[in-house]
Amino acid sequence: MLSSEPTGIYGVMAEFDNPTDLVRAANAANAQGYRKMDAYTPYPVEELHHALHLHRNKLPLIVLLGGICGGLTGFLLQVYITVYNFPTNIAGRPLFSWPMYIVITFELTVLFASASATFGLLALCGFPRPYHPVFNVPRFSLATRDGFFLCIEAEDPLFELDKTKTFLTGLDPKEVSEVAN
Amino acid sequence: MPQEPEVLDLQPATKKDILGAGHTLNSVTDQIANVVLTGKMPLLWYGAIAAGLSLLGLFGLTATLLFVKGVGIWGIRIPVGWGWAITNFVWWIGIGHAGTLISAILLLLNQEWRNSINRFAEAMTLFAVACAGMFPLLHMGRPWIFYWMFPYPNAMGIQPQFRSPLVWDVFAVSTYATVSLLFWFVGLLPDLGTMRDSAKHPLQKIIYGILSMGWRGSAKHWALWETCCLLLAGLATPLVLSVHTVVSFDFTIAIVPGWHSTFFPPYFVAGAIYSGFAMVLVLAIPLRSAFHLKGLITDKHLDNCGKVMLATGLIVAYAYILETFTAWYSGNVYEQQAFWNRMTGPYAGYYWFLLTCNIAAPQALWFRKIRQSPAWLFAWSIIVLIGMWLERFVIIVSSLAQDFLPSSWGLFQFTRWDVATFVGTIGLFTFLFFCFVRVLPMISMNEVRMLTPQSKVQREETHVE
Repeated sequence: MLSSEPTGIYGVMAEFDNPTDLVRAANAANAQGYRKMDAYTPYPVEELHHALHLHRNKLPLIVLLGGICGGLTGFLLQVYITVYNFPTNIAGRPLFSWPMYIVITFELTVLFASASATFGLLALCGFPRPYHPVFNVPRFSLATRDGFFLCIEAEDPLFELDKTKTFLTGLDPKEVSEVAN
Repeated sequence: MPQEPEVLDLQPATKKDILGAGHTLNSVTDQIANVVLTGKMPLLWYGAIAAGLSLLGLFGLTATLLFVKGVGIWGIRIPVGWGWAITNFVWWIGIGHAGTLISAILLLLNQEWRNSINRFAEAMTLFAVACAGMFPLLHMGRPWIFYWMFPYPNAMGIQPQFRSPLVWDVFAVSTYATVSLLFWFVGLLPDLGTMRDSAKHPLQKIIYGILSMGWRGSAKHWALWETCCLLLAGLATPLVLSVHTVVSFDFTIAIVPGWHSTFFPPYFVAGAIYSGFAMVLVLAIPLRSAFHLKGLITDKHLDNCGKVMLATGLIVAYAYILETFTAWYSGNVYEQQAFWNRMTGPYAGYYWFLLTCNIAAPQALWFRKIRQSPAWLFAWSIIVLIGMWLERFVIIVSSLAQDFLPSSWGLFQFTRWDVATFVGTIGLFTFLFFCFVRVLPMISMNEVRMLTPQSKVQREETHVE
């Protein structure tokens, strides 16, 4: 309730008592046509994926590309060093001894893929992001404990402060509050 | 909002439950977060930190002496150049494997009981790998030039030998340490958000706020986080198997009798998980008593860990039998002599003692009474840890001491500095582990929340609170 100007508003947030109510509310908001919204829960709730259209994300692709990069780095590094940069003739054995490169190729594949997974996660989540408007809601600290929140954002084309507020109030929430930007 | 700290220890209703009866989202959060936020540590913590710090001091002293005088302060003499150092390395790295097994493989297998033990088991992995890393570093004798092990353009114009398993080991262990750290951090991220929101002290808020990177429990982030955890688990699973495989390559690629055999990789991996679960139990049993966590780490968890120990112990027993059979069946006189020496030679005492610890003793785990009795399980885990240390000692030392030519044989004698370095790393491990218990939630709050009845989405209205 920090500002009633639509421009200064990030969205409207409703708090629910339990995950069941939250999922029902998210489904109702989705059916109403709201798309720019997000739910906040203390643990992953898979049932929200339908309402929030979360079935796919880019992380697997990032990890695949990272893994391929790692594999190529590992293999080519060893080829370059053992064949061109520092060739050692050991009883005339071939310089390009690819079976011996497998272990390090594998290790670097896993290393690069894991780093891509972690940093990809941070990038796709937009982290680090110490400030976010939702933190302005006083009870929001419960979202990491036992609170269940649904926030319809002002960016949504259907968003109208009063209408959206009335809509959320009709979903049997504990509390509805405006989120200051 | 954070509530007044209280000791609530909700016991499970039956021996088969993995969560205490009556736990809610709030109660699991409080019980885990309050350990850190109130900072009221039980006597065990002070004892462990004191012991850890003292032994860490001993480690510092030994390392300093080693830098001044060289690796000769240890008992390593040709023909036994690896001695306790590499024994300890393999022992520690093996212990780490149980943490990854719990966090990655059991996640892929959808084993919910792992949820309350994965965090501290992963921490155990990190610290065990740190302890393991000390030994190759110190064993080099000149640890300040450790970076020579990595390929980089240098004025000497030389590069590592990529056909050597020792170089593979550098890559395997450093990748393992890095990936374990990343996986651990990703798992911690939501809990750091909880810590930030539950903290009362401004400094705690700031530190956890920075570490949590702005985690706010968004469903979009949770979806990404779950994908990330599954991907990391999928990557860590072959990685953990590869790490001990590569460690075993350090032996099998050499032609030393007693080392040169093809089934070392699975044998080493099983042994690693065996000793790792023993260490998980050695940590979990005192922790759950001292911190009143019996409703989160239940008898069922101990029972399951006991079963994993029994299963991997049987694989290890099979490996011992097969190893001996293969030596006999090979028709290779050196191989046969190496095993005969193991059983009857100067290290026979160690050999038979390790068989008692690793094969005979764990058969007691067939009995549910033993698996569900924390005191017995603790004792049995210590026996397994000793047995697994001896196994590596016998493999390394007995094979090197008596290889091909009897004229080049020599016995290994450990020194007091061997003992000091080893117990020093136990101190390092204890110190790091109990520091972790003090500053980070030792049980994953967000994953345990999913075990509460309150967390399930239902068709009917059910209000547990």
